[in-house]
Amino acid sequence: MEVLRIEQVRKSFGELEVLKGISVSQNSGEVLSVIGPSGSGKSTLLRCITNLEKIDSGLIQIAGRTLAEGNPATYAPAATLQEIRLSIGLVFQNFNLFPHFSVLRNITEAQVHVLKRSKEEARERSYALLKKMGLEEKAKSYPCQLSGGQQQRVSIARSLALSPALLCFDEPTSALDPELTGDILSVIKELAQEHMTMLVVTHEMSFARDISDRVIFMDEGKVIEQGTPEELFSATREQRTRQFLQRFNA
Amino acid sequence: MVKLLLLMLEASLVSLRIFFLTLLFALPLGLLVARGRMSANKVVSSVVNIYIMIMRGTPLILQLIFVYFAPYYIFGASSGRFTAVIIAYVINYAAYFAEIYRGGIQSISPGQWEAAHVLGFSRSHTYFFIILPQVIRRIIPAMGNEVITLVKDTALAQTIGVAELFRVAQNAAAREFSTMPIFIAGVFYFVMNAVVSRTFDVIEKRLDYYS
Ligand SMILES: Nc1ncnc2c1ncn2[C@@H]1O[C@H](COP(=O)(O)OP(=O)(O)OP(=O)(O)O)[C@@H](O)[C@H]1O
Ligand SMILES: [Mg+2]
Repeated sequence: MEVLRIEQVRKSFGELEVLKGISVSQNSGEVLSVIGPSGSGKSTLLRCITNLEKIDSGLIQIAGRTLAEGNPATYAPAATLQEIRLSIGLVFQNFNLFPHFSVLRNITEAQVHVLKRSKEEARERSYALLKKMGLEEKAKSYPCQLSGGQQQRVSIARSLALSPALLCFDEPTSALDPELTGDILSVIKELAQEHMTMLVVTHEMSFARDISDRVIFMDEGKVIEQGTPEELFSATREQRTRQFLQRFNA
Repeated sequence: MVKLLLLMLEASLVSLRIFFLTLLFALPLGLLVARGRMSANKVVSSVVNIYIMIMRGTPLILQLIFVYFAPYYIFGASSGRFTAVIIAYVINYAAYFAEIYRGGIQSISPGQWEAAHVLGFSRSHTYFFIILPQVIRRIIPAMGNEVITLVKDTALAQTIGVAELFRVAQNAAAREFSTMPIFIAGVFYFVMNAVVSRTFDVIEKRLDYYS
């Protein structure tokens, strides 16, 4: 089943065209990585998919529902937007946990107030997720009392609690000390093994190679090349991709 | 002396009523004004901005006189003195509070709104349960200053003839050829502000459980 379908998506900030006709599709259970130089539009693409930015034209479908379509793009009515929001999660580079809520409440709040789960059910699910993240004993702590790696694990748990059909990550390890990145990467890897559908923007090439079913290389607002990690990293077709990858191998 | 104290106690109740009624209305109104000031609608935000500039750019005593006398000249009737005081104080303090709220709201990282949006929270849940509690914590010190000023500003109500604490103290001083009543009034204000300060300290500590 197709979880994400993007066709010819264009997006400008004023005069600057950041996405120049992006097309990507992703099946359920698939792990997709997006790599590319700084400023190539990776974050903007994720923000358009999660409806934090509005596209100018093109098509975005998530879990079978159309978010936006046309030229100029028209957006789905509010009720559909809400359904789409619930089928997609986003893990931010800088976590964006709610600092005034305990770890537990960070994870339960949306379950209770958005999904209308009972408090007990939400707590149970939260504890299960915290256990999975190795943070059971931190349930009562506040985000400021956790390390960056722990905070990022809480934010992953917060997203997972809503069982999204697609979970997006925007450079989930970039704000972390190098020795903590491994932590998060192994959490994501574990999710990949459980066939969680994920779209991961990352600068960690070996990680992308390791966990992805497919890797997409973006540059200057375009998808330059995509393929299996084998194809993209070992049998690179495009000159631009090669140049980009060389910087990481050096 | 006992009679004087009783008289002043009664007058201080008038001051306290001004104080609490102003807070009761100005605190929520300020929030509304702040929203107007930050509105994407240019007309709304500039109208609100002009209102804030007038409120902060002219003396409260002048606004007080205006609120009391303007309706008289325009409609030939005036609201009661006490009502005029409350209206003037509320619209004045709402402007100051609005600017404090605005600073607080703008200091919250956009990531908080974005995380809440992606998690599916409604706008009102995001505003009241995620953003506002963080804003309140940040603005407590600035609010404390403003509220202390309000305690002292209640003395201006006498300008349009409301018998609040300071007016009563002045009258008594004139009657008895003594500065004692003025001094006692000073103690009253001081004690009120000590209570205000203490209250804000407690609130600040209470909210200090995260950084
Ligand atoms: N809100 C915005 N307003 C104006 N320009 C923006 C905005 N957001 C992004 N841009 C511009 O769009 C371009 C793409 O930005 P984007 O953040 O998507 O790149 P990126 O591929 O995620 O880069 P990085 O690897 O550094 O995170 C950049 O030139 C950036 O300056
Ligand atoms: Mg980015």
